[in-house]
Amino acid sequence: MAGLLRIIVQRLLLGIVTLFVVSVIIFVAVNALPGDFAEAILGQGATPEAVTAIREQLGLNQNAFTRYFVWLGGVLRGDFGVPLSQALFAGNFGTTATGTEVITVVDQIMPRLRNTLFLAGVSAAIAVPLAVTLGILTALYRNSAFDRSMNVTTLSAISSPEFFIAYVLILFLAVLNPVFPSLSNIFPGMEFSERLNRTMLPALTLTLAVTAQMMRMTRAAIINLLASPYIEMARLKGLSPMRVIVKHALPNALAPIITVIALNLAFLVTGVVVVEVVFVYPGIGQLFVDSVKIRDIPVVQACCLIFAAVYILLNLTADILSIVSNPRLRHPK
Amino acid sequence: MTLLYIIIAAIVLLGVAYAFRMAGQAATSNKPFFRDMPFGVAYGYVLGAVLIVLGVWLFFQPQNVDGVPQAGVMFFRWAVQVFVVFAIAAYLFRLLGRSVGTEGSKKLFRSMPLTAAFGILIIIIYAIVAIFAGAIAPYGQEEVLGAANIVPGGNPAMNGNPEFPLGTDQIGRDILSRLIFGAQNTVGIAFVTTCLAFLIGGSLGFLAATLGGWLDQLLSRAVDALMAIPALIFALLLITIATAWAGSASWQVTIYMILIIAVIDSTRVFRLSRAVGLNIVVMDYIEAAKLRGEGLGYLIFREMLPNAYAPLLAEFGLRFCFVFLTIASLSFLGVGIQPPLADWGTMVRDLAQFINFAAFAPNVALAPLLAAGAIALLTVAVNFVVDWMLHKSSGLKE
Repeated sequence: MAGLLRIIVQRLLLGIVTLFVVSVIIFVAVNALPGDFAEAILGQGATPEAVTAIREQLGLNQNAFTRYFVWLGGVLRGDFGVPLSQALFAGNFGTTATGTEVITVVDQIMPRLRNTLFLAGVSAAIAVPLAVTLGILTALYRNSAFDRSMNVTTLSAISSPEFFIAYVLILFLAVLNPVFPSLSNIFPGMEFSERLNRTMLPALTLTLAVTAQMMRMTRAAIINLLASPYIEMARLKGLSPMRVIVKHALPNALAPIITVIALNLAFLVTGVVVVEVVFVYPGIGQLFVDSVKIRDIPVVQACCLIFAAVYILLNLTADILSIVSNPRLRHPK
Repeated sequence: MTLLYIIIAAIVLLGVAYAFRMAGQAATSNKPFFRDMPFGVAYGYVLGAVLIVLGVWLFFQPQNVDGVPQAGVMFFRWAVQVFVVFAIAAYLFRLLGRSVGTEGSKKLFRSMPLTAAFGILIIIIYAIVAIFAGAIAPYGQEEVLGAANIVPGGNPAMNGNPEFPLGTDQIGRDILSRLIFGAQNTVGIAFVTTCLAFLIGGSLGFLAATLGGWLDQLLSRAVDALMAIPALIFALLLITIATAWAGSASWQVTIYMILIIAVIDSTRVFRLSRAVGLNIVVMDYIEAAKLRGEGLGYLIFREMLPNAYAPLLAEFGLRFCFVFLTIASLSFLGVGIQPPLADWGTMVRDLAQFINFAAFAPNVALAPLLAAGAIALLTVAVNFVVDWMLHKSSGLKE
């Protein structure tokens, strides 16, 4: 047990180091921008006074090393700074466009992050049971017409771009048969059922994208085991094929299945960008794309870091779970 | 409400499946096929039969009711027709491959599943279209022609024009020509990017595997860090910076995009080629070559590369799909291949709104789906071929 704990702590520390390195990469990448934010954003109308004012406000007159640690310190305290668009206006006029309090990056990101996690959660709730069930069924009826058609279908689903799936779903489920709305107009304080209804199409798109991968992995993991002697034994005992697979093969195939599920959940959170844009879903992916277009650096930095953190965290979970579920890895010699 | 009907129908089918198995047992005097059939299998047969009957029924529904086009039926018919045409084309292609060519290629085609034949056929067609786009396309990709928003189909009664079989876009460019040039631009750029990624990732990976030591450690840790950031997010971040560098020169943005995606994807190639390389360097023949005093170049290119050929080729196919999809997604988001170059991702974004007219004008909704479908078709085709190759090289029988 102590060994297991040590492995987990080890992995966690490794994850934190990775995250630190990633933050350096992001910071360096952003600082490779020509000129600095102040000039880049003010553009044609950059007077020396305005540039100086914004530089001072954003702390750009310090060297890169100091700025990195100021930024990192802020991030650790949950302060990602102020969106450039807001900072700019505030720098010029001392107040925001609407005259209210300055909205920070965190204020902008938090509700959207919740929305994205909701979307990812709904898709996962549909995709994981579906994928495991279909995986078991295709392993059970392998090489039948059902298995082959599922193989072709999933292969097509994996390789289609998300926006193709999204538009086909819109065509059939929103335009031709108005079952779900094609625009996911979510706002705070909505009823849960209404919210679910509007999240359904993007969730289904993501489901189609990730189910295929998980299902193929489940099938492969189970079939890999079917040649083992203990499966042979179970068959010779006269157990039904379903029982052989569910009781004898599945527990031993759990490690690869859990890994692929965790990896696909990571994809759910990070791969939402395109889907959110198609359905105008107010999530963090859409915010990211919009910020990229207007080069709102603090927001881009923050989104990037959050995506990377989620990605690393889920990969870490996959790693730890596969160790926990495999006694051989749990007690390394 | 519809959901309720579906659930009721599914429950009714349970009974039908039971009856089907009973009837089968009675009719065949308890042959093993029916006697040993699990209930799930019987249910599957019944469900499949019902779905086929429903499909045939839908296929033969009238396309027009009192002059109102039945969009659902039309889309279904198109989908079925396209599917059947592709299946027949793939079958004929495989037949051709089996009877024409060298002994080796004939043998290859004999063991080939239909999906792989389909994949190869599609890849060949795309390659031809991409290479000879200038000769095939009726108009130029940037040429603004007379009228905007001509409906696909070429039927003047439905706002079409036979001169533009797939219609024109919002500013009057021929969609067919742009689709054809899109093959050249999108596929060409993706191909160049993948080659670049393989050049970087492959050579560094083999180098790390053969030399080992601090170089291996340095490269592997760098790749680990780069892979910790999701690919599409990282690409978007870097492209933001690249567009700032490039300023208004749109071709520069495209060059930067190729470099960025190549570097990001080369990390994945590095992982694979290093892993494959590590398995090869411990072989006896490498030892022998080293003792012979062969140089590093000889070791990598003459000894390791030929033995890593199969997994690398499969990875090339998969990597091409990823790169192609990334570029299409970036273009779709508006930061990839820059106009005026015709490109499928951008076309989907520009034409997407027409989907909403599908209910009363099915032709109109076809244009964005064609561009998105062109992307999907190629990646599906490549994946089919790669799947077959992997299956063949792994020697899996079950």
